[in-house]
Amino acid sequence: MIRLRRLVLAAALASALSAASAVDILHRERSLYQTILITEDRNRICMQFSVREQQRNQSCFNPRRPKRMVFTYTRMMMGALLLEPEPVNVLIAGLGGGTLPTALHDLLPEAHIDNVEIDPAVVAAARRYFGFATDERQVVHVRDARVFVKRAATADVRYDLVMLDAFGGDYIPEHLMTLEFLEEVRAVMADGGVLAANTFATSRLYDHESETYRAAFGMFFNLRLRESNNRVILARNGPLPDKAELRANAAAWRGRLRAYDVPIREFPARLSLGVDWDVTRRPLTDQYAPANLLRGD
Amino acid sequence: MATRAPSRATGLNARVVLVYALAFCGGFSIMSLELLGGRILAPWFGGSIYVWGSIITVFMLALSLGYLIGGRLSLRAPTLTKFGGILAVAAVILYPTVHLAEPAMMWVFERIEDPRYGSLVASLVLFVAPTVVLGAISPYSVRLLVRQREESGKVAGSLYFVSTLGSALGTLATSFYFVLWFEIDTIVTCLAGLLLGLGALAVAVGFKTQAPA
Repeated sequence: MIRLRRLVLAAALASALSAASAVDILHRERSLYQTILITEDRNRICMQFSVREQQRNQSCFNPRRPKRMVFTYTRMMMGALLLEPEPVNVLIAGLGGGTLPTALHDLLPEAHIDNVEIDPAVVAAARRYFGFATDERQVVHVRDARVFVKRAATADVRYDLVMLDAFGGDYIPEHLMTLEFLEEVRAVMADGGVLAANTFATSRLYDHESETYRAAFGMFFNLRLRESNNRVILARNGPLPDKAELRANAAAWRGRLRAYDVPIREFPARLSLGVDWDVTRRPLTDQYAPANLLRGD
Repeated sequence: MATRAPSRATGLNARVVLVYALAFCGGFSIMSLELLGGRILAPWFGGSIYVWGSIITVFMLALSLGYLIGGRLSLRAPTLTKFGGILAVAAVILYPTVHLAEPAMMWVFERIEDPRYGSLVASLVLFVAPTVVLGAISPYSVRLLVRQREESGKVAGSLYFVSTLGSALGTLATSFYFVLWFEIDTIVTCLAGLLLGLGALAVAVGFKTQAPA
């Protein structure tokens, strides 16, 4: 009897444990550019670009608290609002689940957002599983970001905020990391416009990337948080704001960002102008961009 | 007479080795260039799948034309000197792409909105001419090495083996190492230099071995 009870208890424990760690695959698709995996566990739906499970998630969201930003790097990207508190024209390269554009669309009722995503399957998955919706202010262009930016420059379009978040399964595509690309991005930024770029804080590429951004923009803010392996670069087409301005913008945004779990008030102290990389590394250019080879070292 | 025979044999062997070396380098250059093509086009036409589609289409098209032309050329009194000339011509056509690529792609970009056709036209403009000439190497080299009809299949097989091996190594070396060590323009310039050097060597050896005894 005791034995049976013990057995039942063990079985119940095992099933509870497996339920806690169970990940259901909602959708698996081999698109033109990657394998897209949509997984669901107890509290969140995630998008991965990879064949193996347990790979780094690109985008996650909690259907019960859809506004809450699951990932630290997404919250860090919102730090761009410290440099440009009310952007009207926004460009976002790399859609993922659409967390950033959805949040900006809600937070900035006047803003027009151009999203550029190369993979139509990612757009479809964002709509179907992540509640991403388009309207006249939220537009998706299925295109390579490099081509989009070049065309925007010739059409004299200017953005107050540009967010670079284009990742493949591996890292940022090489032609979206070069000095020439960043100069093209700068050409579509309004005076005082802000750039937020999501990059990795680890690997030898960090030095090359940092030097490339410095060559294109001069000084920039580095935003790094202890709990994240990402580094967000915040640069401006013009002089950077001082601490007082950053703090004032943080105070203004604090209430509105609470539902998104963005600790914006902590960011001004975390924005660093310090050079924490090897400045002898050469910037990446269209001629020299072995980015993904360098990353392996 | 006794001293002349070995020297002629050595001359013949050197000739055969040279033809194989040229076929190898032809294959190497074709694939190295094709791989760099993706990098050269990406800043203007992106990294979409159709950019690779354009490049591969253009290279296949150019090679098919090159095979045809090389075969025709081999009918007209083929010599090692002329063979070396083909490589030199390939080098001379290839080198200017280093300087013309940017303005040519800008020209195409401004005129063709759709990046599929933009990348196709840009690939045509940049890569057709050198690849046609490089494609002529294979059939011409078969003609130079075939002595008897019975061995023609064997010679062709050996030459395809060597040139395709060159292609494999060209792909590997370029994607694994060259892009890590050099700029794209430097690699293309070196490819042109290699073709020119080997072409010149073949011309020189051709003159020497053709000299009347």
